[in-house]
Amino acid sequence: MSLGPYASFIVTSYALVTAVVLLLIVWVAIDFRRQKQRLRELEQSGVTRRSGRTAADIK
Amino acid sequence: MPNQLPVTPATTIRMPKDSNMTLIDLANPTRFLSLTARILPWLAGATAILLAIGLYQSAMAPDDYQQGATVKIMFIHVPNAWLSMFVWGVMSIAALGTLVWRHPLADVAAKAAAPIGAAFTFLALVTGSLWGRPMWGTYWEWDARLTSVLILFLMYLGLMALWRAVEDPSRAARAAAILTLVGAINLPIIKFSVDWWNTLHQPASVFRMGGPTLDRAFLMPLLVMAVAFSLLFITLHIAAMRNEILRRRVRSLQMMQASQRSA
Repeated sequence: MSLGPYASFIVTSYALVTAVVLLLIVWVAIDFRRQKQRLRELEQSGVTRRSGRTAADIK
Repeated sequence: MPNQLPVTPATTIRMPKDSNMTLIDLANPTRFLSLTARILPWLAGATAILLAIGLYQSAMAPDDYQQGATVKIMFIHVPNAWLSMFVWGVMSIAALGTLVWRHPLADVAAKAAAPIGAAFTFLALVTGSLWGRPMWGTYWEWDARLTSVLILFLMYLGLMALWRAVEDPSRAARAAAILTLVGAINLPIIKFSVDWWNTLHQPASVFRMGGPTLDRAFLMPLLVMAVAFSLLFITLHIAAMRNEILRRRVRSLQMMQASQRSA
């Protein structure tokens, strides 16, 4: 597959899209872990929800 | 057997335990969380498969007789451009949900969508610029299409700043919903800018009266990539909504903790 004289524009475009999509995925995953961790810490300090559900119930 | 629905004597469909779940039940964040845990792996898998197929088809697509191989940029530029507007459309519906129906998850949906929409708009702008340089001879032109998409990107950033600036989520939600609905005026301007004004950007070649002007060899990879990126948005959006629900639980527990300490 030859990309011709403008290969750098094509490769840069695809690389940039890949990088931003990966950043979005990593951001969402890290944020999920962080919120679960905060919930766990609060529950361990004795603060619980009225429903009694805990961070361990969240998958 | 309340959880089993007979179809034929030989087959049955096993219904989920909460088979009586309706859309209204999704207004309950706890129910929403349990649903996301079940559907996210499937959505992520379907997105990965479709992206792989779309990327393969994009790589194998022939060169355009005028644009050469740079036509491959279209397969990522156009889905991102479509999604930049689609996400604002989703946020506008969510804004109505906040202001009119007061749906508990509406502002969660709007807030979670904004950074994802901003990312798609950024990618549409940059890949368009990288496509424009070899085809138009310039990275940027202040024409109606490019400028209106840049305004959309700035509106996304403004909305994200507003969410951060107002501490109380319900107050932020109302202000953001009004700004979102005002910003929705930009969507038809973006769509029809190429028809209303004389622009460097080409007119619509897929969603137009008379059908697409693209050859099937380009249209198929483009549509597969568009569906793949739409699934990517749905997956990321649901995951980000789940995170936002958890963030609000953390906030309410922190407030409970603070009031317990002061009592």
